[in-house]
Amino acid sequence: MVLPAALTALLTLVLSAALLQFCLKRRFPDFSYITQNGRLTDFLDCVIISHFHLDHCGALPYFSEMVGYDGPIYMTHPTKAICPILLEDYRKITVDKKGETNFFTSQMIKDCMKKVVAVHLHQTVQVDEELEIKAYYAGHVLGAAMFQIKVGCESVVYTGDYNMTPDRHLGAAWIDKCRPDLLISESTYATTIRDSKRCRERDFLKKVHETVERGGKVLIPVFALGRAQELCILLETFWERMNLKAPIYFSTGLTEKANHYYKLFITWTNQKIRKTFVQRNMFEFKHIKAFDRAFADNPGPMVVFATPGMLHAGQSLQIFRKWAGNEKNMVIMPGYCVQGTVGHKILSGQRKLEMEGRQILEVKMQVEYMSFSAHADAKGIMQLIRQAEPRNVLLVHGEAKKMEFLKQKIEQEFHVSCYMPANGETTTIFTNPSIPVDISLGLLKRETAIGLLPDVKKPKLMHGTLIMKDNSFRLVSPEQALKELGLAEHQLRFTCRVHIQDPRKEHETVLRVYNHLKGVLKDYSVQHLPDGSITVESILIQATAHSEDQGTKVLLVSWTYQDEELGSYLTSLLKKGLPQSTS
Amino acid sequence: SELHLSKLRLTKPSKSAALHVDLCKATSPADALQYLLQFARKPVEVESVEGVVRILLEHYYKENDASVRLKIASLLGLLSKTAGFSPDCIMDDAINTLQNEKSHQVLAQLLDTLLVIGTKLTENPSVRMRLVEVACKHLTDSSHGVRNKCLQLIGCLGPVEKGVAKEVESQAAKDVQKIIGDHFNDQDPRVRTAAIKAMLQLHERGLKLQQAIYSQACKLLADDYEQVRSAAVQLIWVLSQLYPESIVPIPSSNEEIRLVDDAFGKICHMVSDGSWVVRVQAAKLLGSMQQVSSHFLEQTLDKKLMSDLRRKRTAHERAKELYSSGEFSSGRKWGDDAPKEEIDTGAVNLIESGACGAFVHGLEDEMYEVRIAAVEALCMLAQSSPSFAEKCLDFLVDMFNDEIEEVRLQSIHTMRKISNNITLREDQLDTVLAVLEDSSRDIREALHELLCCTNVSTKEGIHLALVELLKNLTKYPTDRESIWKCLKFLGSRHPTLVLPLVPELLSTHPFFDTPEPDMDDPAYIAVLVLIFNAAKSCPTMPALFSDHTFRHYAYLRDSLSHLVPPLRLPGRKLVSSPVSPSITPHEDPSQQFLHQSLERVYNLQHLDPQGIQELLEFTIRDLQRLGELQSELAGMADFTATYLQCQLLLIKALQEKLWNVAAPLYLKQNALASAAAKQILEETYKMEFMYSGVESRQVVIIHHMRLQAKALQLIVTARTTRGVEPLFGMCEKFLQEVDSFQRCFISELPHMQGSFVDKLLDLMPRLVTSKPSEVVKILQTTLRQSTFLHLPLPEQLHRATANIIEPTGESDNPLRFTSGLVVALDVDATLEHVQDPQGTVKVQVLYPDGQAQLIHPKPADFRNPGPGRHRLITQVYLSHTAWTEPCQIEVRLLLAYNSNRSKASAKILKSTWSESLEALPQSENGIEGTIPFSKPVKVYIMPKPARR
Repeated sequence: MVLPAALTALLTLVLSAALLQFCLKRRFPDFSYITQNGRLTDFLDCVIISHFHLDHCGALPYFSEMVGYDGPIYMTHPTKAICPILLEDYRKITVDKKGETNFFTSQMIKDCMKKVVAVHLHQTVQVDEELEIKAYYAGHVLGAAMFQIKVGCESVVYTGDYNMTPDRHLGAAWIDKCRPDLLISESTYATTIRDSKRCRERDFLKKVHETVERGGKVLIPVFALGRAQELCILLETFWERMNLKAPIYFSTGLTEKANHYYKLFITWTNQKIRKTFVQRNMFEFKHIKAFDRAFADNPGPMVVFATPGMLHAGQSLQIFRKWAGNEKNMVIMPGYCVQGTVGHKILSGQRKLEMEGRQILEVKMQVEYMSFSAHADAKGIMQLIRQAEPRNVLLVHGEAKKMEFLKQKIEQEFHVSCYMPANGETTTIFTNPSIPVDISLGLLKRETAIGLLPDVKKPKLMHGTLIMKDNSFRLVSPEQALKELGLAEHQLRFTCRVHIQDPRKEHETVLRVYNHLKGVLKDYSVQHLPDGSITVESILIQATAHSEDQGTKVLLVSWTYQDEELGSYLTSLLKKGLPQSTS
Repeated sequence: SELHLSKLRLTKPSKSAALHVDLCKATSPADALQYLLQFARKPVEVESVEGVVRILLEHYYKENDASVRLKIASLLGLLSKTAGFSPDCIMDDAINTLQNEKSHQVLAQLLDTLLVIGTKLTENPSVRMRLVEVACKHLTDSSHGVRNKCLQLIGCLGPVEKGVAKEVESQAAKDVQKIIGDHFNDQDPRVRTAAIKAMLQLHERGLKLQQAIYSQACKLLADDYEQVRSAAVQLIWVLSQLYPESIVPIPSSNEEIRLVDDAFGKICHMVSDGSWVVRVQAAKLLGSMQQVSSHFLEQTLDKKLMSDLRRKRTAHERAKELYSSGEFSSGRKWGDDAPKEEIDTGAVNLIESGACGAFVHGLEDEMYEVRIAAVEALCMLAQSSPSFAEKCLDFLVDMFNDEIEEVRLQSIHTMRKISNNITLREDQLDTVLAVLEDSSRDIREALHELLCCTNVSTKEGIHLALVELLKNLTKYPTDRESIWKCLKFLGSRHPTLVLPLVPELLSTHPFFDTPEPDMDDPAYIAVLVLIFNAAKSCPTMPALFSDHTFRHYAYLRDSLSHLVPPLRLPGRKLVSSPVSPSITPHEDPSQQFLHQSLERVYNLQHLDPQGIQELLEFTIRDLQRLGELQSELAGMADFTATYLQCQLLLIKALQEKLWNVAAPLYLKQNALASAAAKQILEETYKMEFMYSGVESRQVVIIHHMRLQAKALQLIVTARTTRGVEPLFGMCEKFLQEVDSFQRCFISELPHMQGSFVDKLLDLMPRLVTSKPSEVVKILQTTLRQSTFLHLPLPEQLHRATANIIEPTGESDNPLRFTSGLVVALDVDATLEHVQDPQGTVKVQVLYPDGQAQLIHPKPADFRNPGPGRHRLITQVYLSHTAWTEPCQIEVRLLLAYNSNRSKASAKILKSTWSESLEALPQSENGIEGTIPFSKPVKVYIMPKPARR
């Protein structure tokens, strides 16, 4: 299947791999994989961004402005709103703080965003004459979407990152039974089945609550968007329910802007927030206030959300250093930490940390780990496949060994073929495209009127003429076809001789044949004509004695090609001979 | 009434004639449609229905426009619904119209009409057979609408009895199940749904579905359309209930399992369906599949966790292990949940067709409707399987933290319902108790209810619960009552666990005297309630009390007697001897006493009036006293006492001496009699509407008493009014009432020999023709001569009671507000034995100026904490013009009734063809009223003049 759609999907894949490659070797992916020295715009019909995480959109301004791409870029409304904030923040850190050069500028981000077309959920967007795309809800983060890409009757679903279990602020991914030819799914947790979310939430709340009651301070290092909002809502509602008074702070900056958009895009959140926002928007936090540097030294209990999430720099690290010495305090790591960061060290049990300037920091505070991940686990992936019923599955965004296990499971349970190509590998998938044919209404009605109601189990035979003209297919009645093409009608008859061993007279043979047929073909009109021939519907049967052997009778069977089915059945029936009865 | 009848006869033909004229006048289809629409707004009398139908049919054949024909077809259906009209006369015509109809929509509508006709003539098998035959003929129609209706018709009218089908040798005698089953594979999803629904309809009508359908239904579970899947789930459930023990093969293996297990697995699978409607349906049905094997049942809570292909323990398992190893959750280690053993990759089944983890999914669903359904199902299954109850506990406890309050509440209620089967572990108790801090009052109170019936295993658990409850008390002082009650049950359930805690709780010391705690401290009272209730079944406990504890006991026993049980304390006599619960009601002496005293009353009929009166008075007094002493008999005693009271009033009012007095004394006598009649009426309404458990046997007697009171009223009026005119109407009305009494209770009449109504009905022909004065005379003698009817008692009888908890009426601070504006008054009341409180309970506010305000609380303001109990928490808005000084208003609860809603008239009132139909005669004399059933509470308020 070589389609523009396949290319587009490929591109989104390349974009999704951006962050990984950026971490390892280079900053941006090598887009020459796509073009092999040509303009990107010529090769691509469109670019689709599934959600605003930097590993899915980080290279976008580079791609559109620096490499050069002028076609449409599609994303959902929340993604379009939040994406530029993140890109700008990303640019600031790289250029202003790390001092890197040859990076995209603020203006480039703006120019790039101008090319973006926003789409709604379940809205079918016609990209060009053939290609259409449609977004489905994906959970994961605000505005995350899965995309169905369709050309004619062949389609691909690209999931991006998705989450099948609802959380405190987002619902679960959902797709209809669209039966795509190919489903490209992420497989981050290919070999994990997770415990109920509720247990983790309860543990988290209990720990925070206990520490606060003791008078301790709780530090929760988070990344600005996504999990942070979920945890905020979790704590906010808990504070509300339990009537707690201890202050909760959130380090300002990026989050404030993003929170604004969370308030706006209520339709993208979960049932609870959607239902209650009329009374109160859940993102208008009552208990959570903006954090100020000076607050860290305030006495008494408090909870602080601070960025970044791995305690490797910035505000979260500063606060950590201040609070680490007191065993009443607690730090809760809500996600994964990369090796080498302070976060990873304390999680693996180190109690003495060497900070800058040979300073030794003794960690007396409690350290807790709690995984709040928003990717689908193995069961979730299977569930999505069950919902969409694809003909082929392709796994990406995961580790080869784990994917191998999942691949095996998918093939075993759904009996569809599953692929997991390595980077740069091409996979060829064969599809059975169905070809649309226009049928005239008159013919359809006439043909369905004959016989019983359509039955799923039996294919129905239909007579008509297929006209292929100007790249279109039409099925019309033979009469109409003749008329259109200006041809005269010819009749085609098949004639067949069947030899039967029967010493009796001709008319007796005919009578035997007649009785036999009448007995077998109960649903058809079998007639014995006065001239000694038999008709079965329009089929004519005549018997003559063999010129050489009088004991052999020759049955002449003749039918028009329209009755081919019945005709051939009759001959095969007669070839079997007559029953031995004397009647 | 003759005049009235002739008038009717005149108008009848004109109705159909007018329609005919209108339809002929119509120049365009739109016109005709307008006329028909107008016509449909007015009701048609039973007598003229047939004429109207004929005219409509006539126009039907003439009409070319399909929309008009459609309307006519729908009108035909509507008309056949008319009460009292038998549509068999128009059935042939209706069937004939089908023959030449080309429009699919009209065809569908006509079939709908036939369905209406058929449902009115269900008694006639040949009619049904004919209609089913017609429907079968149209099943091949190309329009889904027509096929839909045909299937509906077959489902509603298809033969259910095996025998009948054989007798009638016709096409339709074919197996209806087969015909419907063939349409399970129809190309249109709507028709498929209709086919399944028709099948379900047949089942509801009593046809035993064939087991062969099961495999067909299973295929439908994978349908593309949610309504089909939803219906299919239902069908599978039905079949699983019909053939639970049949054996079905598992595809692609040689194994076989019970059908109910297979169905359970399939429905479990649907709990993770793509459509939430199906998920709700599936989750709900799971609850009622109690025959499922425990092996499958327990799988629903199992979701094999793994991390990187290594088996992981769930948080629940970890909590359990920590508990059993005696170590409390440190939770401090990273990788506490580190994966354990390796998993064989081949053995892991990610999507099982079985029941695996269905409830885990259902409880985690994004839609709260699904979660609630799952919790409910969990509850039902746990009630029937103690081992499952034990297992699902962790999951229920988890649900206490759901984001939606309704779900939290539901799971607390569920936990309470299964609490007999379980004992909470300490860590579970800890989680449960954490919810006590919830700011929602409903949640806290539900939790208190739960704690009332929870089993705790250790003394630490009891201590923990007490500490948390006291914390709750300081945070929300309004929970006082509820917390005390909770501790009462906690104490009486766990006396041995409380015993070792006593010294600590009372802070007694072996050598030193400790200061006496404050007697008014709610927290101290809470502790004492716990201890005293435990002491009831633990005689060694009082030895640990200090002197002041005994004094406090005496005080609390008096002031909070419902919370503090009688104790056998040294130097104290036990006052009342409680009835041991093992005695069955019939052996219960107080029950016997009740019956004996009633017997006495009913037997002594031929005593002199004076003697009867005295006996009645004594019996009433006895009964009232009995009701006060024996709370479980209170309803019964009050009920009978009220009845006897009515009888007493009647006897007094009818005393011959009084009726023969000289004219000047008439006035006093009349006043007495009419007051008696009025009071009897009131009491009968109380008897009918204020008691739950009243059966039709009692309703007859009550209505009979009411009838007597009305007769009395009539007699009194006859004596006081001059002239005959007004009496005419009254007599007629009374006779109508006798008539409707007869119609309502025709089946009960044989039991009422010698009664007032019995005698009256014998005299009926005479009464109808007599003059009012004669009627009155007859009534008077009949009333005197009739016997006293025996009031049979039902098994259970409870009087509706209400108690206003808030406002307390103790406050001396007036509630100040600006006149003309409103102030909200919080009302909190408990209701007991009130049926349908949402419809009947009202709040009444009486202002000092005599102005009364009636408030209907919102349905959502009523909570149902337990069977027979309700709680009303609502706000009442007050407003008034300015007063010079604060004054008290009265707030009380009323029980509203409407004599139409009574069980008697419900029998007569059948559905009519449209809501606009004139009210039936019964509802004209339907009496609405209210009965005050709570003590009034005074609230001090002060509307201030508005400041300019």
